[in-house]
Amino acid sequence: MLLIDCPYCGKRPEVEFHCGGEAHIARPETPTAVGDADWGSFLYYRTNPKGVQAERWLHGHGCGRWFNALRDTVSDAFVATYEMGKPRPDRDAATASTPSNA
Amino acid sequence: MLERNLARRAPTVSPLVSEASVTVRPLDPQGRLAFRIKPAALAGRGTIDGFDLTGAINSRTSPEADSGMRTALRLGPDEWMLITAADEVDERCEAISAALTGVPHSLVDVSHRDVGFSVEGPGADVVVNAGCPIDLAAKAFPAGSATRTILGKAEIVLARLAADRFTVTTWRTFAPYVQGFLVEATRS
Ligand SMILES: [Zn+2]
Repeated sequence: MLLIDCPYCGKRPEVEFHCGGEAHIARPETPTAVGDADWGSFLYYRTNPKGVQAERWLHGHGCGRWFNALRDTVSDAFVATYEMGKPRPDRDAATASTPSNA
Repeated sequence: MLERNLARRAPTVSPLVSEASVTVRPLDPQGRLAFRIKPAALAGRGTIDGFDLTGAINSRTSPEADSGMRTALRLGPDEWMLITAADEVDERCEAISAALTGVPHSLVDVSHRDVGFSVEGPGADVVVNAGCPIDLAAKAFPAGSATRTILGKAEIVLARLAADRFTVTTWRTFAPYVQGFLVEATRS
């Protein structure tokens, strides 16, 4: 089973987690000031890259906390996990410090 | 009020007991308090009303071995499950609230929500692992560990009291499923 490295609990089985989609998407502070196109883009448009992307994950059947993860959408390998509010780590640094779970 | 409701409630678990070397037994009612507070708001308080809150995430602390009356399971960075005697819940709530006057926190009596089972005997870890995917090796989940996790299709809180002694608590509606699952696992 794939293990995900929760920033609070350490390596835990994937069935305890849920993915919450792409990370680092800020909700506009004043929605009324945002045009339809930009609002639609905020609501519905995601990067969907082939490769490493930042995602929100929830350790629901565990500590109950949300955190962010860098995951490779090709290999499903988790490159890094980090707490909410922290900036997206540099991919190469993350790869060097956190071996993937593959 | 709570006691009256509990007394009226039909038992959800059967007297079913496993006959294998690992025994699965329903536990007597316990008082359970869901307690949440930001670690910063604790402001250095390590103990509140006798509950030791200094344990690491996913650990179980109890002031004296086997006292069991003031046990704290740390389930997350800011979440604890406080376990006490079933008839002391109101006292504990009052004492904890008094100790935290003016400090933002959440304290909810969930005694009636959960049902507990003990899983005990040589190979108890294998029985739990029949439906729980976490690593129960002594190194990864030693005695004194406690965590929320999954058993089959149900969410549980798993605590390890000793190498071959676990408690499994689950929501009341999941209890017959969890009990059946564990008892079945002792047979295989
Ligand atoms: Zn976690």
